[in-house]
Amino acid sequence: MDFLRPATWEEALAAKAEHPTAVPIAGGTDVMVEINFDHRRPDVLLDLNRVVDLYEWEVGEETVRLGAAVPYTRVIEALGRELPGLALAARTVGSPQIRNRGSVGGNLGAASPAGDSHPPLLAAGAEVEAVSVRGTRLIPVEEFYTGVKRNALAPDELIRAVHIAKADGPQQFSKVGTRNAMVIAVCAFGLALHPATRTVRTGIGSAAPTPVRAGTAEEFLTAALEEEGLWDSGRTVPPSVARQFADLVAACASPIDDVRGSAAYRRHALRVMARRTLGWTWDEYLGNERSARCA
Amino acid sequence: MGVTRTPTPTTQGSETTGGIGESTLRPDGVLKTTGEFAYASDLWHEDMLWGHTLRSPHAHAEIVSLDVSRALAQPGVYAVLTYDDLPTDVRHYGLEIQDTPVLAHGRVRHHGEPVALVAADHPETARRAAAKIRVEYRQLPVVVDEATATAPDAPLIHEGRTDHHSGHVPHPNVVHRQPIVRGDADAAARRADVIVTGDYEVGMQDQAFLGPESGLAVPAEDGGVDLYIATQWLHADLRQIAPVLGLPEEKVRMTLSGVGGAFGGREDLSMQIHACLLALRTGKPVKMVYNRFESFFGHVHRHPATLHYEHGATRDGKITHMRCRIVLDGGAYASSSPAVVGNASSLSAGPYVIDDVDIEALALYTNNPPCGAMRGFGAVQACFAYEAQMDKLAAALGMDPVEFRRLNAMSQGAVMPTGQVVDSPAPVAELLRRVKAMPMPPEREWESAGGGVDVRALPGGLSNTTHGEGVVRGVGYAVGIKNVGFSEGFDDYSTARVRLEVIAGEPVATVHTAMAEVGQGGVTVHAQIARTELGVTQVTIDPADTRVGSAGSTSASRQTYVTGGAVRHTCQAVRERVLELGRAKLGTHHPAWATAELLLESGKVVTDDGEVLAGLAEVLGDEAIDIEREWRHRPTEPFDLRTGQGRGHVQYSFAAHRAVVDVDTELGLVKVVELACAQDVGKALNPLSVVGQIQGGTTQGLGLAVMEEILVSDRATVRNPSFTDYLIPTILDTPPIPVDVLELADDHAPYGLRGVGEAPTLSSTPAVVAAIRAATGLALRRVPVRPENLTGT
Ligand SMILES: Cc1cc2nc3c(=O)[nH]c(=O)nc-3n(C[C@H](O)[C@H](O)[C@H](O)COP(=O)(O)OP(=O)(O)OC[C@H]3O[C@@H](n4cnc5c(N)ncnc54)[C@H](O)[C@@H]3O)c2cc1C
Repeated sequence: MDFLRPATWEEALAAKAEHPTAVPIAGGTDVMVEINFDHRRPDVLLDLNRVVDLYEWEVGEETVRLGAAVPYTRVIEALGRELPGLALAARTVGSPQIRNRGSVGGNLGAASPAGDSHPPLLAAGAEVEAVSVRGTRLIPVEEFYTGVKRNALAPDELIRAVHIAKADGPQQFSKVGTRNAMVIAVCAFGLALHPATRTVRTGIGSAAPTPVRAGTAEEFLTAALEEEGLWDSGRTVPPSVARQFADLVAACASPIDDVRGSAAYRRHALRVMARRTLGWTWDEYLGNERSARCA
Repeated sequence: MGVTRTPTPTTQGSETTGGIGESTLRPDGVLKTTGEFAYASDLWHEDMLWGHTLRSPHAHAEIVSLDVSRALAQPGVYAVLTYDDLPTDVRHYGLEIQDTPVLAHGRVRHHGEPVALVAADHPETARRAAAKIRVEYRQLPVVVDEATATAPDAPLIHEGRTDHHSGHVPHPNVVHRQPIVRGDADAAARRADVIVTGDYEVGMQDQAFLGPESGLAVPAEDGGVDLYIATQWLHADLRQIAPVLGLPEEKVRMTLSGVGGAFGGREDLSMQIHACLLALRTGKPVKMVYNRFESFFGHVHRHPATLHYEHGATRDGKITHMRCRIVLDGGAYASSSPAVVGNASSLSAGPYVIDDVDIEALALYTNNPPCGAMRGFGAVQACFAYEAQMDKLAAALGMDPVEFRRLNAMSQGAVMPTGQVVDSPAPVAELLRRVKAMPMPPEREWESAGGGVDVRALPGGLSNTTHGEGVVRGVGYAVGIKNVGFSEGFDDYSTARVRLEVIAGEPVATVHTAMAEVGQGGVTVHAQIARTELGVTQVTIDPADTRVGSAGSTSASRQTYVTGGAVRHTCQAVRERVLELGRAKLGTHHPAWATAELLLESGKVVTDDGEVLAGLAEVLGDEAIDIEREWRHRPTEPFDLRTGQGRGHVQYSFAAHRAVVDVDTELGLVKVVELACAQDVGKALNPLSVVGQIQGGTTQGLGLAVMEEILVSDRATVRNPSFTDYLIPTILDTPPIPVDVLELADDHAPYGLRGVGEAPTLSSTPAVVAAIRAATGLALRRVPVRPENLTGT
């Protein structure tokens, strides 16, 4: 096995172009497990740990450009205000050791349907900055997941960063696991309210071959909030609307039975999480509205 | 000689003065916490080879052909062994029944059964070579439960059985069956005002010890072998290893290596014989270490069980009778299934007075993973069921569940279903009273002052699944009974060697036993005993090995009792010898040498009223006293095969739990808020260790209640052999565990002590489930309880 250690981003891109089968390694919390369990025998490992650009982030006007290798711990510490959904999800990843190493770029690279970054990225709205020696493209995150543990990267491409829309309203993330830490999601749900555009977005984890948005549920809720004038009225979401939203979220999933849980439970849990997170975000929205009016 | 990272003697010097009853710190504690302790997986020998095991991917298959030529041809490979290469006619082993092939012979009976061995100069080379062994399997129908095991056309897991149970079992796929009949259950049932029945199920729990199976075999010049190994009982291993190698026992020298937990999972052999065979074949040291995945196939698990119970009671709350049938799945090989059957049956009534019982317990041979010893050993499964029954009975009578239990609780003098009289304290009602009297944890702790929510205090924790919605509190109680020591007539002795000498003017005791320190703290306790008995401060604990007699197993909550007893007994012999020497040398100096009761204290010989007669240095001079002694507890006897009557157990131990849980009833997620325990330990030799044992056992019981289970497919293959999917409690799942320790001496035991390790594992599980039932109103007949069970999905 060859071990390449580029010192700069340009060298990394050149190395990936030269060795398209090279496996990038950032935090290594997925790659090393696969190697240790012999699920993967890469000919070439491309170590990104010396490429300092990947560990930085920039907070812009509308988005956060999050370097691919920024560990979860940093997201939790530094980006809770801009990316509240992602920060909530980051808290649920593994253990302190894993959060110190693991990254959103790695989560995207692995593209597991159970990856905890995905629901909040889908709900917030994000684009993956995929770069090769040929150039840069921004891939909307919903188009990034192409199958179980497959993504839209070309063989010569690396993830430079993720551009994530800064929160313009409340966001929530919920994950069901059968213990309180170090657990792979049985299923997960992310919800973001976007008062600026009067829309809502969602993300479902671990309940379909890829992370997905609950499109029909989003459309229904966006329309219902508009029709009932809820964005301005300061009223709570009627239970019937919340229930239908929850049912539509569950209907957008296509879960399976496996050792971690049954398909029926996953659908049920999504319904519960959708209803609860809607309640929490809407309460927060109303609270913010009220305090904004008072100010 | 090249072996490194083997245990060295630990000397606890003059800064440690604690005798029995004091919470002296463990000599291995700091090393283990700082990561410096040498475990068996750290063993190293220059020039060593690495062994690897090829295992069956199928649960039941015929081996049609086996071709190792491609593996042998791989550079770096020194040996490839199959059944045909075994050196003698002894090709099977087993704790009680020698039914386990060292390597599969023509047929595999469970997923992961060892088929071939490879030794190579690098672990990766060994693994790759093993992958090149061509095995052609023809899959056979699988036996997975009682119905498939005893069906008319059921394949026999072991044909032509001749073991000592084969004559009395109802079917060759039944390893052992033990009925117990006492009184007249039919007649008593007619007196009952209420009768409740229930069917219960316990999933397959794993010991999940953190240090995987590991050892190093070094061939010796005399044709023998030195084996450094993590095990629970050196001499039981030795008895099984030597005949397969064709060596006399004295040529197989075993030394205990650092053991990273056991919980029963190291009672059976894993890689011991394999490493020795490879070492003897290649003439080179061979190390074998399982990884986590392999470890799930490398040891037996807790028997899954189905249990049917019937209890009756009168209106005033007295239990009339109990009938039960317990079916344990022993998997493909016997391991300790017969003894587990003995425990499950004899302890099936729980710590209650029930005069009329009709009991049957049996273990099956199936193609599921082999099951054997695990903390609680047959008593865990029964306790889950009888405690559920107690709650059902109390509910049927409209009584408080704790009061109902107290009304029927056994006490000293009670008669077990086996006819054995419980002849030492049995404070069952008192333990229940104490655990109920403990202060309750506060409610709704997640609500913080500012109206915010602390999700860490809620079910789901940081996963942020509820801010209080759907959360209901429940409280549940349970109590259990566990035997201590090996039962049913087993000669359960231990051996200790104690040396007393003066080094640099100070008396030093050296304690040498073959006791496996697996984390229980035996080495700490042995030093405490030596200090108390010999009045010294400096004690050296020699590494455990087979140069001293057997210490028996580190299991059945027995080591402090039995090897502790042996150390005490031997120390007393050493003391006698000191006094003899003293009398001979100095007897004329003071009349008290002849007349008074003499003790050893603070390095001196003193009279019972404290007068100093001489220093140990003066008495011993440069003579060393060195004595090895065996020690036995009271004998037991086998259970009658038809009636189950017999004084089968050495001692009983009792613990009670109160569980407080918050259940998210919509999502089916459980947070155990607190798990309080009260236990009688007779005498706490080391109070800190006692609390540690109780908290550990309690946590393992919590794991069985809400998460731990090995899942098998319908083809009997293991579906979750990893810590990714076999979940054990993390520290965030472990609640505060307040412990109330009661010390009522058992006059038959050394210092009055009672084995501690297992009892807390029993009642923890049913207490948690009772609390979940209280919160949800659901029947919950099975553990572990999954979110699906709580949400009907
Ligand atoms: C004990 C444990 C617990 C875990 N718990 C969780 C959990 O709760 N939730 C969860 O979501 N995950 C969990 N994981 C998985 C893992 O930690 C996450 O997926 C993490 O985000 C991976 O990040 P990393 O930087 O370590 O990735 P790496 O292991 O370095 O890489 C992961 C994948 O991404 C690719 N990759 C990495 N960087 C780039 C790049 N810049 N461009 C292109 N491809 C790239 C790699 O080639 C590889 O395919 C756990 C893992 C462990 C070992």
